[in-house]
Amino acid sequence: MNFDFTDDQRALADTVRRFVAKDYDFERRRAIRDSAAGWSRAVWQELAELGVLAIGIDEDHGGLGYGPLETGLAMNAFGAALLVEPYLAAAVVAPTLIRRASSTDFQRHWLPRIASGENIVVFAHHDARGDPVRVADGALSGRKTVAAHADCADLLLVSARATDGSTRLFALAPTTPGVTLRSYPTLDGQRAADVQLDQAVATEVGAGDTATDATQAIDAALDIGLAALCAEAVGIMEATVAATVDYLKTRRQFGQPIGRFQALQHRMADMLLHQEQARSMSYLAAMHCANPDQVLRQRTLSAAKVTVGQACRFIAQNAVQLHGGMGMTDELILSHWFKRLTAIEMSFGDTDFHLQRFAAQLSRGARAA
Amino acid sequence: MDLDFSPEENAFREEVRKFVTDRLPSHIRHKVMNGIHLERNDHVLWQRTLHQRGWGGVGWPREFGGPGWTPTELYIFEEECAKGGAPRLISFGLKMIAPVLMAFGNPEQQARYLPKIMSAEEWWCQGYSEPGAGSDLASLKTRAVRDGDHYIVNGQKTWTTLGQYADWIFCLVRTDPEAKPQRGISFLLIDMKSPGVTVRPIITLDGAHEVNEVWLEDVRVPVANRIGEENQGWTYAKFLLGHERTNIAGIGIAKRELARLKRIAAAEGRLDDALFAARVAQIEIDLMALEITNLRVLSAEGAHQAPGPEASILKIKGSEIQQAIAELMMQAVGIAALPFHQTGIGPDYADNLAAGYCNLRKLSIFGGSNEIQKNIISQMIMGL
Repeated sequence: MNFDFTDDQRALADTVRRFVAKDYDFERRRAIRDSAAGWSRAVWQELAELGVLAIGIDEDHGGLGYGPLETGLAMNAFGAALLVEPYLAAAVVAPTLIRRASSTDFQRHWLPRIASGENIVVFAHHDARGDPVRVADGALSGRKTVAAHADCADLLLVSARATDGSTRLFALAPTTPGVTLRSYPTLDGQRAADVQLDQAVATEVGAGDTATDATQAIDAALDIGLAALCAEAVGIMEATVAATVDYLKTRRQFGQPIGRFQALQHRMADMLLHQEQARSMSYLAAMHCANPDQVLRQRTLSAAKVTVGQACRFIAQNAVQLHGGMGMTDELILSHWFKRLTAIEMSFGDTDFHLQRFAAQLSRGARAA
Repeated sequence: MDLDFSPEENAFREEVRKFVTDRLPSHIRHKVMNGIHLERNDHVLWQRTLHQRGWGGVGWPREFGGPGWTPTELYIFEEECAKGGAPRLISFGLKMIAPVLMAFGNPEQQARYLPKIMSAEEWWCQGYSEPGAGSDLASLKTRAVRDGDHYIVNGQKTWTTLGQYADWIFCLVRTDPEAKPQRGISFLLIDMKSPGVTVRPIITLDGAHEVNEVWLEDVRVPVANRIGEENQGWTYAKFLLGHERTNIAGIGIAKRELARLKRIAAAEGRLDDALFAARVAQIEIDLMALEITNLRVLSAEGAHQAPGPEASILKIKGSEIQQAIAELMMQAVGIAALPFHQTGIGPDYADNLAAGYCNLRKLSIFGGSNEIQKNIISQMIMGL
């Protein structure tokens, strides 16, 4: 048992950390966020050149063949910088889904292009209420909502309900007739889109040799994504807690630094408690997110998301509180960390969802016993 | 990163598990598994059983007769003992005074006291807290005045856990009232049979006699019973407080009690209540996280790195989790928990749940209250 990272892993984390420190400061991020596209293809190419888009892709397809731990290290290092580019969607979730769900030809075509940054592929999964995406005769109809970074994709992967009730996975270009994107910024400064599909002709992913219900592949990809998200959250928490400690040491009221006041000291201690428990669970999530035992995997990931989600909420709210009025301003990066932490808590299943999923297996376990 | 124990560690776990299964007397296991109060003899019998196996000096290095376990082996041992229903170790001797004796005692003191701790021939208690010195321990007032080869000790100690069983008490006493509070303290070992020592019970809210007041009136203590230098007692006391954090979170105990909570909740049909199930789930999740945090501390200890911020978290979260389990167990049975020290009214498992809940309120108070722990985290770790 050890919690050490290898030299290779540390070097990888350092690469990302150096990149964000040098080339992705808060001002550049703000400029990118405020641009028309809301993200930067130039940054995407820089990430490709650093090799970080290839982390989770296997070596046979032009990747580095690393696993969830390395992905987590990159995500953790991206955290404080609040990258607005679609790293989680396009470099973690989509390639995993392609690897799990698609034919060898499909993999051979797309994975190298993802690793090199040439193409961006994004998975659109959440159905709009009352208008789920269905497939009939090879054409998709319905609406996907808040699909992260769908507006920057060269190819969309879309889940759809077939007439036999199974969940199928399709690929189509956003320029396909019958596809309408409404794109918008999200709370955290990232981009998302609603994807309206109206008799849009799409190719079933995995058609031929592996055409089947895609539920397991989708779960697997989202689980890998969830672990990566937890690692990102911990990175933001570290930055948020550190900035708040600094603020408490420098902000003076009543003739002394406000960090001398015990009410505030104990709040900081509670924030650190949340951070460290979240860190522990992000490690556990990384170790188990690719485990083939689905029960163990989902139980662990739900526990991780509950711990991380609660820490996101507690740390974000209290960091703003302890910064007083300054915490409310758009000027400080703190408020942007707050918004990303809030968005993370609500993504990939919120705390209530995962707490209920974890609790449900308690009563199942009791009945089985 | 590797979250698995080594094959050797897993083999050791099996060995401990088998030992506990084979050798722990069933009447003791029954008490521990059901939260029933343990007698002195239960503790002594288990300690002697361990001693016969060569495991009497739990946590001790080989040179003092201990098994010389790594922090991870010690953690595994305590977890398996707890899960198997063994009593807590009698920590005042084994884990508190013994490490002080090893680090600061002279060879005569080590030879005199350590073997009888291991064999449970002598029971120790702790004389730290006073009515006016709790969290602010350095303000203690018990006086020791030198008189030739003896100190004359006068004062009052309190919250002395299981002092009614004790043969010896290790005491912090003031030997220099003029010095700064931390500077004038000495560390004395006092025979509880000495004239002038009086033990008075304190009954706690659960109705139990677990803690005591210890009055010291003109008690003559040989100077030879002083640990280390005069007026350096605070150094030794701090060493003791910083020692043995491996098991401070009580992961094994919490796992055992969580399993008991689930059994009771299932028997009461409460796991089908989504709100109740979510509360159990929350505790189990917190415990999963704390276990990993604890393993991180162990891993750092094994590599001889200074404990990071994680170590202080163990006490706070560990006590909160154990308290939450006790609370939920009580709530699981509803009003059946209310008959106090009764049997045969509700289901058997309901009999002592309220008392157990009451008793565990102590966890966030003793051993440095959770508020003191937060002071330590914010001041020592975060530099506020």
